[in-house]
Parts: sequence; structure tokens; C-alpha cells
Amino acid sequence: MRLVVNGVEQEIAADTLAAALLRLDYGEAKVATALNGEFVPARRRGETALRDGDRVEIVAPRQGG
Amino acid sequence: MKVYGVELKSRLLLGTSKYPSLDVMAKSVRAAGAEVVTVSVRRESAQFREGQEFWRIIRELGVLVLPNTAGCYTVKEAVTTAQMAREIFDTAWIKLEVIDDKGTLAPDVFGTVEAARILSDDGFEVFPYTTEDLIVCDRLLEAGCKVLMPWGAPIGSGKGLNNPFGLRVLRARHPDVPLIVDAGVGLPSHAAAAMELGYDAVLLNTAVGTAGDPVAMAAAFRQAIEAGVAARGAGPMQPKEFAAPSSPTVGVAALA
Repeated sequence: MRLVVNGVEQEIAADTLAAALLRLDYGEAKVATALNGEFVPARRRGETALRDGDRVEIVAPRQGG
Repeated sequence: MKVYGVELKSRLLLGTSKYPSLDVMAKSVRAAGAEVVTVSVRRESAQFREGQEFWRIIRELGVLVLPNTAGCYTVKEAVTTAQMAREIFDTAWIKLEVIDDKGTLAPDVFGTVEAARILSDDGFEVFPYTTEDLIVCDRLLEAGCKVLMPWGAPIGSGKGLNNPFGLRVLRARHPDVPLIVDAGVGLPSHAAAAMELGYDAVLLNTAVGTAGDPVAMAAAFRQAIEAGVAARGAGPMQPKEFAAPSSPTVGVAALA
């Protein structure tokens, strides 16, 4: 499955958002996700199906003013 | 002061960005006596996991976090960012920024009001970064905001209070709304001036983060804000157009 993860196109063998995070090796990192510009709560990642070409954003706490 | 039901002793809200190191950032937060720090959400790489160490340090500081929607140019971006921030930081607080995409970082006041309404309806407690425009501020309050954060000057400019007259009028129009000057503060004297105007707090980042000695500057800001609050409470003199002598005019020796 071809996905664009944080702006970078990659091939990932995963059909749900949760599976993609595992495949990408995020492990227990504290992150939040959006799919095609829409927020996906953590509890729904397992049931959120992915399609070829989907855009995934994975964010974490960071410095800010 | 009280914001969204939370009592805060410190009137200095500090940003966590632009410090030379996370260690200096942590020391600056402590020197400032800040109880609230602003944070953002940004892309995380699985390999480097940059955000995890930052988050660990913030939790260690034991401060409240105010996540921002920095870098958002549209209502949709700001709302989605806020939703992600709420989940990550487990807080309803959001510093709402919907900014001009031409590089000025000025608030897009129309987008900010619209996003404020959407987020307030969804249970967020919105701290809107705004101009001092009275109508805009009224709309933000009508949209559900219970705090206003008018700018002093453009973000990161360090210019201070570009329109103290406008800020003063805003203070007078809404005596009971917590008002926090956010953006453009460069020196502790700017922060003191904001408190002397009767503002409830100041939010700043660049002035401390990029100072030669951020920890010392954080302490200086803390002192200046305390001085401003004390001065406001002590009943400052009214300015006059013309001189008025400070020494007695009676009993002057005739020495001509």
C-alpha cells in the first residue's frame, strides 16, 4: 500500500492506521494522527482502513510559543 | 488570576521554543516561576522520536500546558491541530492561532473567530491570539472564548506594546475578562507596562529563548511583571501636561 506519511511517500504493508503505526515502528511513542486532513482518535486507529495514496500525519509534543 | 476555572499565581506564561537547549529551557521555566507553558504538535519521526524527550522534560517541570495551533493558516487546519493536541496533551486548553499566510504571522481575525466558535462548541477552552480590535474581541467572546490574548506587536518582533491606547480601551471595555498580552514582547519593561495597563498576564517566548542568558532574562521578566502588578495596585499618579514642582515652594532662601 502506497502511503504518504508525514509528507514522504512510502510503501507500507498495513491496511489500518494502527497497523501502519506498528509497521512504521512508532511503538509506544506518544503521538496523534490525522488521515487525509482529518483527526483520527487513537481509539479508532484499529478500525480506520487505509487506501492507496492516503495521507497520514503523525505528530507529537514539540516546542512552541 | 483565574482562567477557565484554574487559579494561577504566576502572571507569566512562557513559550518553550527557541532556547539553545532543553536544559536551558527547563531552567528558564523555573526561573520565570511560570505555571503555564505553551507547546505545539509537530511531525514525529519513528526513528528519532524527537518529541518524546521534550515531553518527558515538560512533565518533569510539573507545569500546565497550553498547546497552540501555530502554523495553521485555515480554520480546518487549526481545528484538526487542536483535536490532535487535545488528545496528546489531555487538556481542553488551546491557544488558537489562525494566521496570515503572507509571512506576517498576524492573526487572521475572521478565521480565528470562526475556529473559536467551532472549538468552543466542541468543549475546548480557547485562548485566542488576536488583535486588540474591539469588534473582533467582542465576536471572540460571543463565540465562547472566556479569555482574550491580544498581541503587543508581531510575533517574535520584540517591539513591545505597539498600541497601548488600543490595549487600554480593550481593558476598559471588558474589566472582568482575563486579558493576556501575547506576542511581540521584547523586554521586561514591556511586560511591566502591560501589567501597569491592568492586563492580567503576559505570554512570551522569543524574548527569553533568544536572550544572551535566557535563565537570567526569565528571572528579569518575573520581577518586572511583579513590579507592574504592584504598581497597578499602588495607585499610580496621573500624568500631567505641565510641570509641577516636587520640592516646597515656600521657604526658598533668597540668594539672588
